[in-house]
Amino acid sequence: MSLDTIKPSPGFLEHLPVEYQDLVNHGQYGKQMKATDMGKFKELIEEHPMCAGCAMTLFIRLAFIALPCPEHSIMVGTAGCGRLAISQGNVPFIYGNYGDTNSTASGLKRALEIRFPNQKKDVIVMAGDGGLIDIGFQGLMHSWFRREKFTTIMLDNEVYGNTGGQESGMTVQGKVLKMAPRGKVNEKTDAMGLAKVAGVDYIARIVPTNPARVMRTIRRAILVAREIGSTYIQAYTSCNIEYSIPTPEVMKDAFDIEKERYGFEEIISDRAKEFLAEVEKKPKK
Amino acid sequence: MSDAAIAKPKDWVPAGDLQTEISAEKMLLELPRELQFITGSEAAREAIRRANVDVAISYPITPQSETMQQAGYLYDDGYIKEYYRGEEEIGVMSAIAGASRAGVRALTATSGPGLMRGMEAISSWPGARVNPILLNMCRVINTPLAIQPDNIEMSFLINTGMLMLHAENQQDFFDYTLAATEVVDHVDVTLPCVVSVDGFFVTHARGPVSLPSEKYKLTKRDGWKNCVPAMDNENPPARISRDAPIQKSNFISYHMHASWQQEVFAAVERSGKYFEKLLQGRIEVVNPGAEDFIIASGSAVSQAREAVRQEGEQGRTVGLVKVKTIRPWPGQQIIAAVKDAKRILIPEFNQAGWLHKEVCSTLYGECKAKIFGGPRVYGGMTMPTEMVLEWLAQARKDYP
Ligand SMILES: Cc1ncc(C[n+]2csc(CCOP(=O)(O)OP(=O)(O)O)c2C)c(N)n1
Ligand code: SF4
Repeated sequence: MSLDTIKPSPGFLEHLPVEYQDLVNHGQYGKQMKATDMGKFKELIEEHPMCAGCAMTLFIRLAFIALPCPEHSIMVGTAGCGRLAISQGNVPFIYGNYGDTNSTASGLKRALEIRFPNQKKDVIVMAGDGGLIDIGFQGLMHSWFRREKFTTIMLDNEVYGNTGGQESGMTVQGKVLKMAPRGKVNEKTDAMGLAKVAGVDYIARIVPTNPARVMRTIRRAILVAREIGSTYIQAYTSCNIEYSIPTPEVMKDAFDIEKERYGFEEIISDRAKEFLAEVEKKPKK
Repeated sequence: MSDAAIAKPKDWVPAGDLQTEISAEKMLLELPRELQFITGSEAAREAIRRANVDVAISYPITPQSETMQQAGYLYDDGYIKEYYRGEEEIGVMSAIAGASRAGVRALTATSGPGLMRGMEAISSWPGARVNPILLNMCRVINTPLAIQPDNIEMSFLINTGMLMLHAENQQDFFDYTLAATEVVDHVDVTLPCVVSVDGFFVTHARGPVSLPSEKYKLTKRDGWKNCVPAMDNENPPARISRDAPIQKSNFISYHMHASWQQEVFAAVERSGKYFEKLLQGRIEVVNPGAEDFIIASGSAVSQAREAVRQEGEQGRTVGLVKVKTIRPWPGQQIIAAVKDAKRILIPEFNQAGWLHKEVCSTLYGECKAKIFGGPRVYGGMTMPTEMVLEWLAQARKDYP
């Protein structure tokens, strides 16, 4: 029973750190939280050292709340801004070498299935656009070809944020950034298209303008990965520093980009559709 | 995990389930053995069969491919629980680390260029305190391209914090692999181990190997028994994420990073006592007290043995130190073995002379012997016994 994992022995709870007690008593273990409940429960991630106003942190916060079973989830990340916040979450986090996420997650997930045949463990890769589409491209694609049962979430800020603003494969054509002094020559990589060709079972493109939709999308992706096959979410998480977006305008930028070229889209395989119809029809507890 | 293309029948029993678990001590030191005449790759297969491996991930490269495709057949028979061909070596080395982090026994193998390609991942294993087994069939890495044996690649592993064994022959490859499999699991070790062997000379040639019965396998890896928790989310995760000290790289204090490294290298030393027992000494000494000594590891030991034998026939006593564990480095044992030597030869199968450098830094100020950095062959050349004998004769002439 999942909640038992974090249940302290009787008599011990009062001696544990207050933060831990709060997680057990007021956290999201064993429950499904709603976006509208934010602020009313102990969240898995509460502080981070990322830039003020960074949209990526909002997305990561939502992703943690959306985890369908945080007590049996493992996050896999890599070099890049996102790991600064992900590593602060109360979910085990693997931080390997830059770009190794999907290879690492493949071995991890298969090994967990050997050790815990009766307990599904959710493995979630959350990494930057550079980490996935450039240096980690091969691992990403091959994990999809192999239909590895974990979720990949691309934190697509369209730039190498953590190294100070260089062009990435996900940067749009023409954009002037470091290492693209005359503007990016090639087009933004069609990662959604690649995922489709590779046979990924659930693919979604999203901008965090609607928290409830973000959470629903993440849940769907994790549930499909648990039972069916690979899943991929590409989230626009703007970098206000490198793109010089004034902090109060970060959400306006998100709405604008969403409207212009980053509209919500889901591409779902037939077997994943069937599966989702089944799980989502069950009455809510 | 994956739905196999060719499904097993419903009543299929994995062969591994029929084996009995025993300790490495019992497997290596107590069980009766039967002699077979097999290649080094087959010796590795027989070790893997008995090593109770959970996950093996492979990427082909000459001369390693033989071994990892044999591992594929072992998986098909049910001696290994999970197996696939990875995308390339950095992917394989990362995936093996992912599996090891989850608390299972993981194994892979590679050769020269594959090792170099996977090197970023490999060199991160010790600090991550994951403990996979890496079999390394040495092969040239320098340009021009060649597939020949040459163990220069081992010099790149020496300071990673990995445990490193160097097998002389097919028998060693079998024994060392099983010894390593158990040693890496000790709670005071929890480190990866690379078992190197000189490619082709050992992997593709036959030699006598005495094997304990295949009815036995080593006790399984217990994922709970690590010096850091396995990454399985069975421990309360309240900000005690297993990788915490390493992942906050920008914020971690220099002291914290330094002490983490110190602990890794201390763990390397702590593994010594286990190897001492399972390998019956971390060095082997022939003709102790001799004036002339040869210190060697890997295939060079065999050449040295033959030189020692031929010298013996001529009535001259030449000593030999075979170094089995490159890490932990048996420095004190080597000092004790050669303290009265006058001349020391260090034959190697690489251009860099990494063993020579190791020995020199150990013996400096500890012994009066003149140490010769050679003979050396590389690029796939064999080392004729005559070459060792010539070097010995020359050494005696130059330093009487
Ligand atoms: C092998 C290797 N190459 C390069 C780097 C340097 N590096 C660290 S983070 C990073 C860029 C991160 O960009 P992205 O993945 O898009 O994530 P973001 O920071 O934008 O969220 C790079 C190039 C590294 N850590 N390792
Ligand atoms: S550099 Fe950009 S992506 Fe990174 S934390 Fe700052 S705003 Fe966010």
